[in-house]
Amino acid sequence: MTTQEFKDILYNGVWKQNTGVVQLLGMCPILAVSSSVVNGVSLGLATAVVMALSGAAIAPIRNFVPNEARIPVFILIIAVLVTVVQFSMNAYMYGLYVVLGIFIPLIVTNCIVLARIEAFASKNPALQSALDGLAMGLGLTAVLAVLGGIREIFGHGTLLSGIDLVFGEAAKSMVITVVPNYHGFLLAILPPGAFIALGMLIAGKNWLNLRAEQKSRKQADLSVAIPAN
Amino acid sequence: MAKASLHTALNLLFFAVIGTALLAITYQLTHEPIARSEEKEKLKLVTQIAPAETYDNDIIKDTAELAEDKLLGNDDTTIAYIGRIKGQPSIAVLQVIAPDGYSGKIRLIISIHSDGKIGGVRVISHKETPGLGDYIEIAKNKWITVFNGTSLDNHKDADWKVKKDGGSFDYMAGATITPRAVVKAVHKALQYYAQHREEMFKPHPAANVQANQSEGEKK
Repeated sequence: MTTQEFKDILYNGVWKQNTGVVQLLGMCPILAVSSSVVNGVSLGLATAVVMALSGAAIAPIRNFVPNEARIPVFILIIAVLVTVVQFSMNAYMYGLYVVLGIFIPLIVTNCIVLARIEAFASKNPALQSALDGLAMGLGLTAVLAVLGGIREIFGHGTLLSGIDLVFGEAAKSMVITVVPNYHGFLLAILPPGAFIALGMLIAGKNWLNLRAEQKSRKQADLSVAIPAN
Repeated sequence: MAKASLHTALNLLFFAVIGTALLAITYQLTHEPIARSEEKEKLKLVTQIAPAETYDNDIIKDTAELAEDKLLGNDDTTIAYIGRIKGQPSIAVLQVIAPDGYSGKIRLIISIHSDGKIGGVRVISHKETPGLGDYIEIAKNKWITVFNGTSLDNHKDADWKVKKDGGSFDYMAGATITPRAVVKAVHKALQYYAQHREEMFKPHPAANVQANQSEGEKK
């Protein structure tokens, strides 16, 4: 894998084809678990791990699986990997497992996993596929982190609450109270808040894209204009 | 054609076998830590409401099976944990269900001292509105500790209501249905305890067996 290829896959996954705000795949977990930073990032990372593992597992066998049995075999492998992640979280991060609970097995049905397998891992070598899965997962994690942050600040006035579920009791002091004595804003915590915040994120991403496009067009115009002079 | 589908079938079978094997291995590796952390979590809740000095037995193992009962709100047998000091029952931890929460069942555990006073109440699971009804969780609010030390003696039947309904229990504006359900469930649990304490406090069958065995050995 060349450095350029590496950069392309990373850029594509994290920014250009971001699953959360560009492809709009995997909405169910995005809306459901983004009520706080810790929840969002945890499920995002779990998804990233599953995507990287499944990319690495499926790419090497892509030429042995007959075309018509492709989807069931891919789903089977993804389901196995998700269950492995679920067991491990249950065993070693019990507090977090209780919070994320039902959303971990649901990673299997998150269309983003199968979509990347179909679009990328079934056509590319293992290393690239693993990286693609990881990059896409990290892109999703970033969106979940921002969304979780927005909803947590508006909803509870805190940041990183529940971090003790990941790092143990000692981490309780890492919780940041952004607005002291905040009375809470219910809308931000409930699903409509997730829709509104996600809409704003998508708008923000489109605005950035548009601005970058305009900038490059201006530059192109300029470079065309100069020789004409 | 037949050959192709046979090939496909074998392929599927192959991956199914590998997948199952992987899962079996993972299960073997994680099965014990999972059981341990579940036990720890339960013990943490139990020790929160039944302090260590109130019993000297292995409270998690000393259990009584309680059949379904209207007062407990359960529709299946549940386990009660019995604490004893020198063999004398000192505290009982009951699992009860408040069926009439704002959105579904609220599962509680309640510890009751042998004098009929509540040691503490904790919510195990609920689906109340986040930000409104979830102050019944100890992680969110201290409200649930209002029950500490209450009993059927120091609170008359009419007192077992939230203040809005003329009872003696505080609640928070915006969510009355949730605390109403919890107060009712705790009241019923105390009534259950009053009616059933003798059978609950019967020595644990396993403890009996052990006692018999050691007697047998002496002979």
